Amino acid sequence: MAATPNSPSTPKSAPQQGFVYLPLIVGWLVPGAGHFLVRKWGRGLLLALAILTMFVLGVAMQGKVYSSAHDILDILGLAGDLGSGLLYFVTRGLGLGADQVQVTTADYGTRFIVVAGLLNVIAAVDAHNLRTGRKPA
Amino acid sequence: MFTPSHFTAVLLFALCASVVFGITMRETPQRMVRYGLYCFLLFVGSAIVLSWGMYLIAR
Repeated sequence: MAATPNSPSTPKSAPQQGFVYLPLIVGWLVPGAGHFLVRKWGRGLLLALAILTMFVLGVAMQGKVYSSAHDILDILGLAGDLGSGLLYFVTRGLGLGADQVQVTTADYGTRFIVVAGLLNVIAAVDAHNLRTGRKPA
Repeated sequence: MFTPSHFTAVLLFALCASVVFGITMRETPQRMVRYGLYCFLLFVGSAIVLSWGMYLIAR
């Protein structure tokens, strides 16, 4: 008769102490920082590099940074831009980006900025899942 | 001002998006790399296929 290991069958869960939404919020404000909080240094660095590169390239292409929401497309664009957290506010504060798309590459840049924000939201949610144990570390 | 060609923009977009998708959608490093490569190839491949499709439609 084979001996069965005397261990619980349920998977280990991460400790739930502290404020579990901290990696989500910090990860939203600063790309990759949520993963740094849960000690995933390599993943955090790669995420930060990818998202920052995408955002900076978008601004360098003179992409539009949404500042107001007059119609549904502007609302969606603004929501995407806000996903970048502090990057969005710093960019607005420094007056970077363009108000109007005037060249073809600026249209690409606008998409880069919006998608960088959306990717940052995905990364922040991933950090939250690592913190709560929903995703195995 | 940075003015890449359309294809260069596709490559940059695919690279950044694939890194994030790979890390966030899979659990082990090996599967992250494989899924990231898969996403990158799908991004670039679909852009090439759609471009040729539009080129042939326009002729």
